[in-house]
Amino acid sequence: MAHKKHDAHGSQDFISKYVFSVDHKVIGLQYLITSLLFLLFGFILLMILRWQLAYPGQPIPLIGRLLSDNLAPGGVLSPTFYNALGAMHGTIMIFLGVVPLGVGAFGNYILPLQIGAPDMAFPRLNMMSYWVYLPGGMLMLLSFFLPGGAAQSGWTSYPPLSVINPGQTVWLLAMLLIITSSLLGSINFLVTALNMRAPGMSLWRMPVFVWAQLVTAVLLLLAFPPLQAAAILQFMDRVAGTSFYLPANLVVFGETVRAAGGGLPLLWQHLFWFLAHPEVYVLILPAMGIVAEIIAANTRKPIFGYKEIVGAMIFLGGMSFVVWAHHMFVSGMSPKLSNFFLITTMIISVPSVALLTCLIFSLRGGSIRFTTPMLFALAFLPLFGIGGLTGLPLGLSTTDIYLHDTYYVIGHFHYVVVTGSIIALMGGVYHWFPKWFGRRMDDFWGKVHFWGSVICMNGVFFPMFIQGLSGVQRRLYDPTAQLHNLPTQPLNIVSSVFAWLLFVAQIPFIWNFFYSMFKGKKTEENPWKATTLEWACPSPPPHGNFEKTPHVYRGPYEYSVPGHKNDWTPQHVEA
Amino acid sequence: MEQASNYGWSLPVAASTFAKDIDFGINIIHVAMFAIFILWGIYFTYMLVKYRHKEGVPARYKHGGVLWSFVPDIVVLVFELTLIFLYAIPSWSRIKMSVPPAGKSLVLEVVAEQFAWSIHYPGPDGKFGRKDPKLVNASNVLGLDPHDPAAKDDIVTVNELHIPVGKPTVFNLTSKDVIHSFFVPEFRIKQDAMPGMRVPVWFEPTMAGKFEIGCAQLCGFGHALMRGDVFVHSPEEFEAWLSEQKPALPQTS
Repeated sequence: MAHKKHDAHGSQDFISKYVFSVDHKVIGLQYLITSLLFLLFGFILLMILRWQLAYPGQPIPLIGRLLSDNLAPGGVLSPTFYNALGAMHGTIMIFLGVVPLGVGAFGNYILPLQIGAPDMAFPRLNMMSYWVYLPGGMLMLLSFFLPGGAAQSGWTSYPPLSVINPGQTVWLLAMLLIITSSLLGSINFLVTALNMRAPGMSLWRMPVFVWAQLVTAVLLLLAFPPLQAAAILQFMDRVAGTSFYLPANLVVFGETVRAAGGGLPLLWQHLFWFLAHPEVYVLILPAMGIVAEIIAANTRKPIFGYKEIVGAMIFLGGMSFVVWAHHMFVSGMSPKLSNFFLITTMIISVPSVALLTCLIFSLRGGSIRFTTPMLFALAFLPLFGIGGLTGLPLGLSTTDIYLHDTYYVIGHFHYVVVTGSIIALMGGVYHWFPKWFGRRMDDFWGKVHFWGSVICMNGVFFPMFIQGLSGVQRRLYDPTAQLHNLPTQPLNIVSSVFAWLLFVAQIPFIWNFFYSMFKGKKTEENPWKATTLEWACPSPPPHGNFEKTPHVYRGPYEYSVPGHKNDWTPQHVEA
Repeated sequence: MEQASNYGWSLPVAASTFAKDIDFGINIIHVAMFAIFILWGIYFTYMLVKYRHKEGVPARYKHGGVLWSFVPDIVVLVFELTLIFLYAIPSWSRIKMSVPPAGKSLVLEVVAEQFAWSIHYPGPDGKFGRKDPKLVNASNVLGLDPHDPAAKDDIVTVNELHIPVGKPTVFNLTSKDVIHSFFVPEFRIKQDAMPGMRVPVWFEPTMAGKFEIGCAQLCGFGHALMRGDVFVHSPEEFEAWLSEQKPALPQTS
């Protein structure tokens, strides 16, 4: 049952304190480190893949010799390994990297603190969610070493390809674990945010970040079970001879495939996108929550349109369940259905515009401090804007006919997820690092990391729009095999070089993160002079968080209140 | 026309009747996007410069003009509704929902497989022969039934689609194995080939020449190599080509 404060202060040995911890902060940090490592690993896969795209058929320098002959004969990536790298890059970045970072790490650590709770509502369930996620992730990585290799059917795993291709069984098992972890987490977040708020913390006094996590938790709770069911059906198709997704009369390489009945590949697409579209908002909402927190603290003024932001998030979350088939305009689904999804997809952009408008209007009349986290939060605004805008021609059914499955799509979603989500999450790391470790990250190296990342990310993703417009399909092992892809082939080199430079730009971050954790400048409880409750307890907070349950007297962003001595009035300070 | 000159750093040459519909949408959205982004960017930069931290200048507590914040939402909503009802729904209906009648078009079947496109012409009798997946083999790639009289004159080409200019081509698209996607950049046509389903597709080429068929859906290790050519002939050339083709099934007397 709910965590009692006095339980928390019991004696703890190393294992119960750092490994099988029930403390939301330790679990948050476990998620943080693990998901950052997965992000790095997923990024390394991409760098190998980008060599083949830039210089098709040429041996990969250095790494090529380390890869076995069935993966890269003579150092040249094989097409099956290329497909495996692509599928695993997508899966790892989304399911093992960005979501666990945004929800598992930030949500776990910050949400209970921001509502003045001593811990999550179900600490053991919380521990379990991490310990289901980690084996799921390890299993996913393990699949590289199995005969046949890792999954090769894209992160979308469309059957029948995914049913006949190697590597997919382990992918499905790993996904089942990862989904279970998300479900356990989301239930915990909902119960915690709704039941464990400190006295005075009404719903309309919750920080935007808490609202973002709350809406995200609802999305995870409602969207993941259909994918879980779908994954079980695909698993059955692979191992038990069922044919939920296999139509009758399949002939693969001249051999008739025995299918038990007439299944439908479209069924998987519906079930998959019913999760995967809300998943986009799972990736972006925590990021928006973080941006709102950082902007409020660094403009020294109340966030603009707090209720409008929250309303837009709820509307966005709700609408995200009725737009999924805009990924399926050319799938063979009835063209009559497309108009419904076209209209809902266009409508969903309105709350996104509202959110961005509120965030930019928050700058007006502020006293903007360009701290490292603020730079990341500010960069989020125009770059997420590009991601959002380029969603328009993809959401519009007619123009999507041409742009679907081209590099335009890749450019669009990477602008949303990388220069949107990841940029904001990076800002969050700099913002809350002092809370986590009681020390600050170095500002100079933070800024080097920021400028390096922002410039390189644009260098990687912007050329993709041009490639997409010129008709380059995605997921091509050798882009030079088709005539219409040749003119823009130099852009593949540009993207790849920037991808490798982007890696170089992460080195200052990695060094800064670990060095500052131990040797960084010590900081006070509230170094940013921020108003929300997480800054009202020591840095790092002890097990149990608050000495005394805080009482909340006001909304979350009372900065520069006229007549007050300080330019910040914390939520828990009376009068 | 040299085929390579069809392609460049932007949209390829438009060579079908509905290509201009799609291009119109792509162009108008990009112009709007660019305008929105520039205006927004100017405002954003102005905010950052004007309201940067200065010693002794406190932030304003109150926000002015709450109603103004709904202006961008309304502008976007109006722009999108206009696009939806004046452009997207009508053009979608022309492209995807109104297949030209059989009498006025060339009717074909296109079957995708790892990693090739097979094109099935009905032959002089105008009737498609029965196909049976059990009969598929190296010399009978579509599994045409030799006992069906309609199948005897059917013509099958692999990775070569020959069609006349100025006449709609209508075909049912399907796949033998996994999902593929029929994509000809110059025609702005893209449609998934879904095993177990027959999806009607049409387009009308407006330009004679050679064009490229690509596969736009990941279909396995040979995805990048799955390509074909469309030869758009003058009507006379097309008739001549068709009359030279031999039936796909071996002829027995």
